[in-house]
Amino acid sequence: MNAELGQVALALALSLALVQAVLPIVGAARGNPAWMRIAPYAAVGQFFMVALAFACLVAAFVSSDFSVRYVASHSNLALPTHYKVTAVWGGHEGSLLLWVLMLSGWGVAVSLGSRSLPLTMTARVLGVMGLVSLGFLAFMIFTSNPFDRLLPAPLDGRDLNPLLQDPGMIFHPPLLYMGYVGFSVTFAFAIAALLGGRLDAAWARWSRPWAAVAWAFLTFGIGLGSWWAYYELGWGGWWFWDPVENASFMPWLTGTALLHSLAVSEKRGSFKSWTVMLAILTFALTLLGAFLVRSGVITSVHAFATDPERGVFLLAFLALSTGLSLALYAWRAPKVGMGGSFAPFSRESLLLSNNVLLVVAMLAVMLGTLYPLAMDALGLGKISVGPPYFERVFAPIMMPLLFLIGLGSQTRWKQDDPMTLLWKLRWLLLASLVIGGLWPFAVGHWSPLTSGSLMIAAWIGLTVLRDIVTRLQGNAGHRGLAARLGSLKPSYLGMQMAHTGIAVFLVAVAMVMSYEEERDVRLVPGESVEVSGYDFRFQGTSRVQGPNYSAERGVVEVSRDGRVFTTLYPEKRHHPGQEMPMTNAALDRGLFRDLYVSLGDPLGGGAWVVRVYYKPYMTWMWSGCLLMVFGGLLAAADRRYRLASTRRVAPAVGTTSTSPAGGR
Amino acid sequence: MRLVVSFFVFGLLVLLLWAGLGLNPRELPSPLVGRPTPVFELPELLDGEGRFQHQALRGQASLFNVWASWCVSCRAEHGLLMELARAGVPIYGLNYKDTRTEAIAYLRRGGNPYRAIGFDAAGQVGIDWGVYGTPETFVIGPDGVIRYKHVGPLSRRVLTETILPLLQSLDGAAS
Repeated sequence: MNAELGQVALALALSLALVQAVLPIVGAARGNPAWMRIAPYAAVGQFFMVALAFACLVAAFVSSDFSVRYVASHSNLALPTHYKVTAVWGGHEGSLLLWVLMLSGWGVAVSLGSRSLPLTMTARVLGVMGLVSLGFLAFMIFTSNPFDRLLPAPLDGRDLNPLLQDPGMIFHPPLLYMGYVGFSVTFAFAIAALLGGRLDAAWARWSRPWAAVAWAFLTFGIGLGSWWAYYELGWGGWWFWDPVENASFMPWLTGTALLHSLAVSEKRGSFKSWTVMLAILTFALTLLGAFLVRSGVITSVHAFATDPERGVFLLAFLALSTGLSLALYAWRAPKVGMGGSFAPFSRESLLLSNNVLLVVAMLAVMLGTLYPLAMDALGLGKISVGPPYFERVFAPIMMPLLFLIGLGSQTRWKQDDPMTLLWKLRWLLLASLVIGGLWPFAVGHWSPLTSGSLMIAAWIGLTVLRDIVTRLQGNAGHRGLAARLGSLKPSYLGMQMAHTGIAVFLVAVAMVMSYEEERDVRLVPGESVEVSGYDFRFQGTSRVQGPNYSAERGVVEVSRDGRVFTTLYPEKRHHPGQEMPMTNAALDRGLFRDLYVSLGDPLGGGAWVVRVYYKPYMTWMWSGCLLMVFGGLLAAADRRYRLASTRRVAPAVGTTSTSPAGGR
Repeated sequence: MRLVVSFFVFGLLVLLLWAGLGLNPRELPSPLVGRPTPVFELPELLDGEGRFQHQALRGQASLFNVWASWCVSCRAEHGLLMELARAGVPIYGLNYKDTRTEAIAYLRRGGNPYRAIGFDAAGQVGIDWGVYGTPETFVIGPDGVIRYKHVGPLSRRVLTETILPLLQSLDGAAS
């Protein structure tokens, strides 16, 4: 019953999406306010229908209704209840439903948050979002229906992939999808602006908070995925340059560029057509990501079950939406004009460099990701592109970009003098060189790359600090540090917080790539292995029984200087019905190092292959990601965006930056 | 002009992705498929005196399975191999980089599906066969030509959809 209800809800959602897509856009073109006003109602209605369908699917999982094919293949009776719920998005169809739920949720958020925007703008934005929804809903209903029945129903279902039975997996996909889908909002704003021919500072200001929130979610989702892979896969790696990781990283790179380019568009009225291009590109890359994961063109730990029909549909969707957007762009963008001019050295030019470097980085990642596919398609053989390519290509692009972070926020808009600026920052530069030069000695041997990365990290951190201090001193009107801190705008603090996050993250990357140690040893109970001054004593394994698995649990005592300070329990789990056993690593996390133990294979006679890793500064990596996330959210929470939009209810306030021909 | 270029690039990308849909990324062609098995001679695992040679793989379509006692995924497919052996499918084994005692203990525990097993302690013969991980399973025709290679543990699906029909057609063609 539930499944049919869900089915009907999906069909209704599809028709509401059709209404949302067509009427408001046509209404905006014809100046019909009644048609335009339908948009928010359609968006809310669509959200409720999708939410109802989602609830039906959750109910089918919780009640173990194996007559639903999707439930039967992703859950079973022994699965703990909370994993039954998360199993909803453990496969292709359900994760697509989650995707659509988020998309319609963003639609509701936009209709609530944009009540102060001009009616035509809201109508167009929601209309474009309706079009996107329409595509995904049709994709789901016609090729990947989560409510398909399986009759006769089996007595028990297949299990959820054990890799996905983990707390990290509960949140990784929803957050990632929030980010992916969030960029369809900035896309909708860009298309709406192109449709209306109104690419101005107001448009950029309306887009900014959405871009920041989407970016924060995407960052969180990617970070959480990395965190999960780190402890769950048992290889101790945190980023594998896997095609699907790259698929999420590419929109992150262009999304970051978009975030910065929007700032220029809003503040200075420059880069507007470029910003629109970035918004389209970012959205197209999220679709490309969906295509790569769901069509089976690449192999990856993430790839869903393959079905050529789905691939064709998604590719058509990608081609159609991107092609139409590009055509619209070609038709409309040249009329937008250049906006304010700027000198070769100015904040604009630095942000332009930021954009160029980010896009080049994205292209490098894309080349590496699609190269094997191209080779295969041309019949030139099967190859794979691995981390060595990405590391070699990516680092030289990122290093200058990271250096510019420190410079960018210190540089004035329009025009600045590089020499004066560098002279002002000379002590910071020197301090960064010293810190970066000496820091490696605290961990291990000195190497130029590590030291260079740490110098840049220190440089970012110090310039952020200096900038904040300067601003605090400038705010003479406020008494007391708290009041002065309070006078700093959230959008400013958010930016600096995210930049600090980058610095902290960079420290972790430099440290872990240079100083991690890994030992793969055969240990019999009682034997021990020493890694980086820590002594790991293997005490043997015992058999333990989990709710839906059995495991060999190893006991490893960790000591330093003869003193035992923790005991780790890595596991090798076997889920009945699954071929591969699961490796559950055990970690001792610390501020400056993680100790990481995982079990390899049993060697007989109680001996095991034991993998021991020493991973310096891993905690910094996750802290850096969190700082970026909170920075993004803080920036989006700035009251300025809401006030500004209220003030602009009356259209066409002729502010300087909206002048189309770039008069200045 | 710039537009034409960008549409062209975008079109190429779509074309590439479309071509990609028709390919199977999981299929790793072995250069050995379509060729006679490598020439080898190894001591038999269970029979200390006996030898196991490539000629043993002729005359009847058979499976050649590379395994080791230390390989956990081999354990996962062992049940299927036992079923196949009981159904009369000839299976030969290559015990790869293993010790004799542990390999024999492994077979004593799980049963022995193999008609004969080459004991390849150093992994030399494995190199000739292009083995890069255990388990791997080759389908050998009655003429001693390798017809198919499966990497990783066998699953019921691969067996029923690919391997068993292939074995049947090979035997059918020979008789």
